[in-house]
Amino acid sequence: MPNEFTPGIITYACNWCAYAAADLAGVSRFQYPAGMRIIRVMCSGRVNPNFILKAFQTGADGVMVAG
Amino acid sequence: MADQIKKENAEEKPRIGVFVCDCGSNIAGHLDCESVAEYASTLPGVVFTKENLYTCSESGIAEIQQSIKEHHLTRVVVASCSPRTHQPLFAGSCAQAGLNPYLFEMVNIRDQCSWVHMGQRENATEKAKNLVRMGVAKSVTLEPQKEIESSLIRKVLVIGGGMAGLSAADAFAAMGIEVILVEKSGALGGLLRKINRLANGEAAIDVISNLIEKVESRSNISVYTGSEVKSIGGYIGNFNMTVSTGDKNIEESAGCVVVATGALPWVPEGLYGYNGEGVITQIELEDRLKTGALNASQIVMIQCAGARTNNREFCSRICCMTAVKNALIIKEYKPDSEIHILYRDMQMYGTEKEKMLWDARGKGIRFHVFDKDKPPDVKNGKVHFFQPLLGETREIPCDLVVLSTPLLPNENARNLARTFRVPVDQNGFFLEAHAKLRPLDFAADGIFLCGSARYPATTAEARSQGIGVASRAAGILFKEKLVTSAIVAGIRDDTCVGCMICLNACPYQAISFNEISNVCEVNVILCKGCGNCAAACPSHSARLKGFMQKQVLAQIRAF
Repeated sequence: MPNEFTPGIITYACNWCAYAAADLAGVSRFQYPAGMRIIRVMCSGRVNPNFILKAFQTGADGVMVAG
Repeated sequence: MADQIKKENAEEKPRIGVFVCDCGSNIAGHLDCESVAEYASTLPGVVFTKENLYTCSESGIAEIQQSIKEHHLTRVVVASCSPRTHQPLFAGSCAQAGLNPYLFEMVNIRDQCSWVHMGQRENATEKAKNLVRMGVAKSVTLEPQKEIESSLIRKVLVIGGGMAGLSAADAFAAMGIEVILVEKSGALGGLLRKINRLANGEAAIDVISNLIEKVESRSNISVYTGSEVKSIGGYIGNFNMTVSTGDKNIEESAGCVVVATGALPWVPEGLYGYNGEGVITQIELEDRLKTGALNASQIVMIQCAGARTNNREFCSRICCMTAVKNALIIKEYKPDSEIHILYRDMQMYGTEKEKMLWDARGKGIRFHVFDKDKPPDVKNGKVHFFQPLLGETREIPCDLVVLSTPLLPNENARNLARTFRVPVDQNGFFLEAHAKLRPLDFAADGIFLCGSARYPATTAEARSQGIGVASRAAGILFKEKLVTSAIVAGIRDDTCVGCMICLNACPYQAISFNEISNVCEVNVILCKGCGNCAAACPSHSARLKGFMQKQVLAQIRAF
């Protein structure tokens, strides 16, 4: 299947939980699509609307805030 | 000199070094590290790239440090594993080579790339390149930071004067640390005052009296009995508290705090016909043994009385041992007495307790298992219970029933938890920072816990935890000064309008409003660097160092 759509997703992940969970997913060898980009923040509370809009503007197909 | 280096680091046009780690085959086995390194060398500002077999190895670190000097690097980016585990090592190595550690950036291409995209070599390689691009872009915007130093008071507050608290106080004092010991009741000693003998045969009162005597004779321990900590403020190294001693309030200060408030045996009102006479608890049995008032010769003990039920789900852990201990003591001075122990599961962990169990069986103490859903029935001087192995109901005549009830958290533990802003679990016991890695620490810096306040503990466990806590806290108190991460918030006083939105956004009460200058200010010791204030600030005056708007946006733009 050529040109299958794989969304590019920016995830803002809290250093203390979601980012650690993403590390754990790796340690556990969970597999997921390679379109995911994780940006580490010290708390999901650091993410302001600007970051989310900017991510879409830059071409992200989806934005996830995890914390 | 150091300041000069930092200044230069910041002002020069960034000269970035990128190190791509193979992690053996962990990364290189699933993506093309060579082409990632090659790609990194084409990014703006990158003047040096290197692929290492293991960047965290001694030779890998040496290579980073050498390149900082040889190529005058002003930024270092390592693409390898997780910053959660390796950032301190790499950043510290940069600092040793003269580069401000806050000019280091880490890219996660193992846990969040090679390990999760196995068998997709091409996609994983592309993603790794992209992640490196984002990391390099962020590194350009990094600024040198200075770690935060604060003074500390070499003094400790211990709350609770039972086995754990006394052991901690004694150990602190022996190291030359001044101790403020606050005990709620009128006397030191805690639960051990009510116990007859320990499992090794020693009289509990002798053991605890020796320790009390030692503590009271130490000139650097101030003991406040009949007292409570009313309020506490400050932070690690600089706590200040009000201790109410009945007739007056005393202001005290300490660098660390130890919570050793213990636990209390549950009184099983309404359970198994409990009446304090023919049906008693283990702690009441201890008292009868101590005073020689036990005159029963046919005794049934019922384990898990009010524990491991829907109301109290936890196992109190020490009651099996207590029951077997007391049964053995009774057998010792009244060999013809008949003792039955009704249990659901026997928790006799470790070598000594397991031996006690076998000794008890050898001495004719009878053990019968019962089912949670069919608890025993106590009436008319008999205990009836369903024996699941035989499939029939049995009855045991007896002149005394002893209920093994769980230890419950001290009743004012929840109040104390609120005062100290530390968590308790669903049962009301204090909750440690990490069950395995930080069992004696609270998540809040400078506050520790030990003994049955955390979970029902044996005398030996309470003592070892008390001593352990002393060494944990002394590790902090013996420092000349406290150095904490510079990843904290700061508020620009020239743009802050004093709206105070950040005060509500801050979960750590680290921000205050300065009435004189009319702006908000961050207490950098209390700040945990979450950045909630930075997200909430309408004028972008509150900023989290290392995660500033321009730094995160640089990462997004490189996506």
